[in-house]
Amino acid sequence: MANTMQFDLVSPERRLASLQVTAVQIPGADGDMTAMPDHAPTITTLRPGILKVEGPEGSSEYLVTGGFAQIGADTLSVLAEKAIPVTEVTRAHLDELIAEARASHDAAKAQEHHSIVDDAAKLLADMEALGTHMGL
Amino acid sequence: MPSLKDLKNRIESVKSTRKITKAMQMVAAAKLRRAQESAEAARPYAERFNAVMAGLAASVGGSDSAPLLLRGTGSDQVHLLVVMTAERGLCGGFNSNIAKLARTRANELLAKGKTVKILTVGKKGRDALKRDFAKHSVGHVDLSGIKSMGYANAQDIARDVLARFDAGEFDVATIFYAKFENVVTQVPTAQQIIPAAFETDGEGDEVALFDYEPSEEAILADLLPRGVATQIFSALLENGASEQGARMSAMDNATRNAGEMIDKLTIEFNRSRQAVITNELIEIISGAEAL
Repeated sequence: MANTMQFDLVSPERRLASLQVTAVQIPGADGDMTAMPDHAPTITTLRPGILKVEGPEGSSEYLVTGGFAQIGADTLSVLAEKAIPVTEVTRAHLDELIAEARASHDAAKAQEHHSIVDDAAKLLADMEALGTHMGL
Repeated sequence: MPSLKDLKNRIESVKSTRKITKAMQMVAAAKLRRAQESAEAARPYAERFNAVMAGLAASVGGSDSAPLLLRGTGSDQVHLLVVMTAERGLCGGFNSNIAKLARTRANELLAKGKTVKILTVGKKGRDALKRDFAKHSVGHVDLSGIKSMGYANAQDIARDVLARFDAGEFDVATIFYAKFENVVTQVPTAQQIIPAAFETDGEGDEVALFDYEPSEEAILADLLPRGVATQIFSALLENGASEQGARMSAMDNATRNAGEMIDKLTIEFNRSRQAVITNELIEIISGAEAL
């Protein structure tokens, strides 16, 4: 069994990471999941959250929003609309995300679609929890 | 016959024109490199995205529960043409080629009795299509204030297009842009984005083996709008590189023409100066002989 797998993190604007890793924790839409080598092939959508990457040379974390992860036995590709290394995330980034989430929440409320309101409220809560988690 | 002074002035003015076109060429070359780099950087995302979408679309596409964005509204009566051009001119045939393609397509559709709506991105496209299709225009996206094209810009356009689709304003959306082949060749391209058309090149079999979490339909519903944004983003980047490439070769031509013109004018200037000198000599000599 292979100990590592190829991990790629790409955003529309650039490729952020491409390296060998041992485990990656993915904020999936239905809950967090950790992908390790020889995982069953899976495609999952992402919710905004922290992507934790563990490799032989230490670990790193990325803030990701929107997109999906494609998990194979020896490859893992994460395509995120926004991906920022956690070390570079500032309060301003987060405020922007929270403002975006709040705007869509308000818009959803105005239209009175209950499922969308719930989704947006969840997104908003996710964003705020994220800020607390990172201690910003 | 222009006087010596006139000729001298013309040479000076052509020289400064050449300086300007040369500078514009250099700027375009520098910008082209940047635009190419960002187009290059965006490619992995678009490629993977399309591969996954193609697989998903192949496995869900046939069913009636597939999202509207994928299977369409079932009619093709109303077409939205998203025409993407540059904000500035002086780039050869770049803008007019895209506009021409869009115009041909619009006329074809109109001849078939379809309804055409036009959304322009970039000022030059709007100007070019204003005369013939003013009443078909449904909106314009202004990009003049933007220095470097970001994904957010594409998202804004996609949001606009999707809102119109949700409101039932159109059935089929096509984007028009110039594909960057190389510095001298840019190919005006029309690409259908709604209903989504993904190239399925045998990858479907491989992707179909994946587990999906949540369901395939839910993933598709989440990803299709993003797919629209991704396609628009790639088109914007291709367009950016094409614009700079077109401008670079146009300005290269202009610089060369200015050089030729200077040579011609200089010869003319020298000839007439010679003529003036000869004339003066004749006058002096004939004056001396008359004494």
